[in-house]
Amino acid sequence: MSNSVQTGDFDLTREVAALRTGDPRVGAIAIFVGTVRDFNAAAGVSTMTLEHYPGMTEKALAAIEAEARARWRILDVRIVHRIGELKPLDQIVLVAVTSAHRAEAFAACEFIMDYLKTRAPFWKKEGTATGSRWVEARDADDTAAARWE
Amino acid sequence: MSETFPPSIRLVFLARLRDVLGSAGEDLTLPSHVLTVGELRGWLAGRGDHWARELAPGRAVRVAINHSLVDAGATVSNGDEVAFFPPVTGG
Repeated sequence: MSNSVQTGDFDLTREVAALRTGDPRVGAIAIFVGTVRDFNAAAGVSTMTLEHYPGMTEKALAAIEAEARARWRILDVRIVHRIGELKPLDQIVLVAVTSAHRAEAFAACEFIMDYLKTRAPFWKKEGTATGSRWVEARDADDTAAARWE
Repeated sequence: MSETFPPSIRLVFLARLRDVLGSAGEDLTLPSHVLTVGELRGWLAGRGDHWARELAPGRAVRVAINHSLVDAGATVSNGDEVAFFPPVTGG
């Protein structure tokens, strides 16, 4: 299934239904959803704006999916990543993987997220009433990605 | 194979790097001694001020050529789109 970079929200139920669409080989569906946390617990509006690199983003997600398919016997993958202005509680990203058995689905799903966090060209900017700041990459994400090497 | 000389590339700057450098990108004629990503980065740092600061050795900057991540040793060729950006923070 093709992946999507989009401003609009995604419907988890619909996405999963479309992904496994009557395929009787599917015995397992592993799903991850990333959401916007309220980083600004004090008063005031918090926004999270997601920028990406058009042209590279789709290519990077396709490459990450291809790597997952090469490593595990999985049936299908769906990645949806939102861009633009989001707010706390909003969904940001969906990674869904189908396979015959759960081990491959779990592993591939986690792998795809770890690689997306370190290789897919998205950048987050937090905004509050007093200003905005770019989110910094976390060492924990590099460590997580490195363990798949 | 014919070669375009002097070679020219399209530079792209993204996210925080774009904001700090004050530029989303530019078309650039490649100086003859600049052959790799590392050499291009060093040459851009030579512009001084925020260029020198942001592109100094040791600063975490990622580079993509024609939409694929590359390392400092990668060759830069005529017609390439070379993007410089901070470590990614999606997901």
